Amino acid sequence: MIRDITLGQFYPSGSPLHRLDPRVKVLMLIASIVVIFCTFNFYALGIVAALAVASIILSRVPVRLFLKSLKAIIFVVIFTSILNVFYGQGDPLWQWGILKITWPGIQNAIFVTVRIITLVILSSTLTFTTSPTDLTDALERLMKPLSLLGIKVHEIAMMMTIALRFVPTLLEETDKIMSAQKARGADMESGNLISRIKALIPVLIPLFVSAFRRAYDLAMAMECRCYQGGSGRTRMRKLKMSYRDLIGTLILLTVFAGIILCNIFL
Amino acid sequence: MEFIKAENLTFSYDVEDNQQPNIPVKVINDLNLSVKKGEFLAVIGHNGSGKSTLSKHFNGILLPTGGQILVDGMSTSEEDNVYKIRRKVGLVLQNPDNQLVASIIEEDVAFGPENLGIEPERIRELVDSALKAVDMYEYRTHSPHKLSGGQKQRIAIAGILAMEPDCIVLDEPTSMLDPKGREEVIRAVTKLNKERGITVILITHNMDETVDCDRVVVMDKGEILTEGTPHEVFAKVELLKKHRLDVPQATELCKRLRDFGLPMETLPIDTDECIKFLEEVLS
Repeated sequence: MIRDITLGQFYPSGSPLHRLDPRVKVLMLIASIVVIFCTFNFYALGIVAALAVASIILSRVPVRLFLKSLKAIIFVVIFTSILNVFYGQGDPLWQWGILKITWPGIQNAIFVTVRIITLVILSSTLTFTTSPTDLTDALERLMKPLSLLGIKVHEIAMMMTIALRFVPTLLEETDKIMSAQKARGADMESGNLISRIKALIPVLIPLFVSAFRRAYDLAMAMECRCYQGGSGRTRMRKLKMSYRDLIGTLILLTVFAGIILCNIFL
Repeated sequence: MEFIKAENLTFSYDVEDNQQPNIPVKVINDLNLSVKKGEFLAVIGHNGSGKSTLSKHFNGILLPTGGQILVDGMSTSEEDNVYKIRRKVGLVLQNPDNQLVASIIEEDVAFGPENLGIEPERIRELVDSALKAVDMYEYRTHSPHKLSGGQKQRIAIAGILAMEPDCIVLDEPTSMLDPKGREEVIRAVTKLNKERGITVILITHNMDETVDCDRVVVMDKGEILTEGTPHEVFAKVELLKKHRLDVPQATELCKRLRDFGLPMETLPIDTDECIKFLEEVLS
């Protein structure tokens, strides 16, 4: 049951988006997020929505999976859009006490909803089309300039790699410990919230102890394999940009230009 | 040719006890051992005999508190030698889950060579060759958590192998595996020793795994109890039993038959030999 949680959610379908360089994809996502929040009229918003639909189609990932990731934020979307509907300025269309609905309020609500949904769709596209290792690789290389500021980029990337490696192992272990505690009569499924949280303590303590033991072993194994930190280390896989990345970037830049033009002229 | 040499090796640590001041506990006591290049050596002993501690001395994970260990003439106690030694002597640990670093197998195997700063093209060759040597090449893009224990342990061996060591030390590599996984790991290690001439030091408490090796060292209380070829060692059934160690089942059976009065000069150490012996005796 607990193993059903899929982290990273990489969905290999071999689409054109999968074959893009992960660094380009990360930069594209960051640029898109900025552009999404720079949409000031419905034409620009329409282009952003079209971009989200295009990324779903191009990724060849089932729409069902996108809906699943949207389900997680549905409350946030509803909450913020209702808040926006009532907080608009201008002539009220409908009023009851201090609550009033205005046309700018409705407009704001639509903008917020579309922005959040496209944001989630575009970020999910990145995680669906990029394997976790590619993603950490890309982040390590993109963050490299930060090492000049004294930020330990290699160490952060190494921690991410190890964390991703041990997620399934620790989930399996949690499952095992839960079964073991249930076999000893632990009750984890009944009672109110507080008693259920309390019931988790006998699961978390052994899990922590074993995680520390694993960390000790892993550190030793890494030392045996001559790990000395990031300096002097090479990588087997080299990320290479190809003509695809150039085409992708050009298409996206055209879309961005379109959005900016819409903002200015329409 | 001598490859690893332990000279008067002693290792002790202090136990912190509230009642008494620190008393050093001797885990390894004045041990002398030399390992030849290309040798397949097994170290056996029950829990607490110091065999695992000994294994961590061969590549400088633990440093001797007395005496010294020389690897290819270099002492592990000198700091400058540590990475040169770890490149020559690889250590595979007991729990296969805890020694894999990356979530894709070929990237995990590449971890060692990457640390050594080898060129990417060469790393690719080393990784492919190491994975082929342990028969895991077709799994190279898989994720380790979907593999069996035996397969994971073979990936761990490949990870060491990709660094092109002269010697592989395995610290109870099979104790957490099922019988099938054990067989896979032992077969892979034997193959590396025979085909690539890699020196293998296998630490184990399973006597049946030692029948194919060149030499068996029996440890007890931090000292070497006895050593010799598997035949020589397992012939000393009484001595081993006295120190709570087992002998292979085939040896045990024939020993009992001999005590019962069947004429036998030497004792067999594996099933095939045992069958041959019994055929001779019975005909």
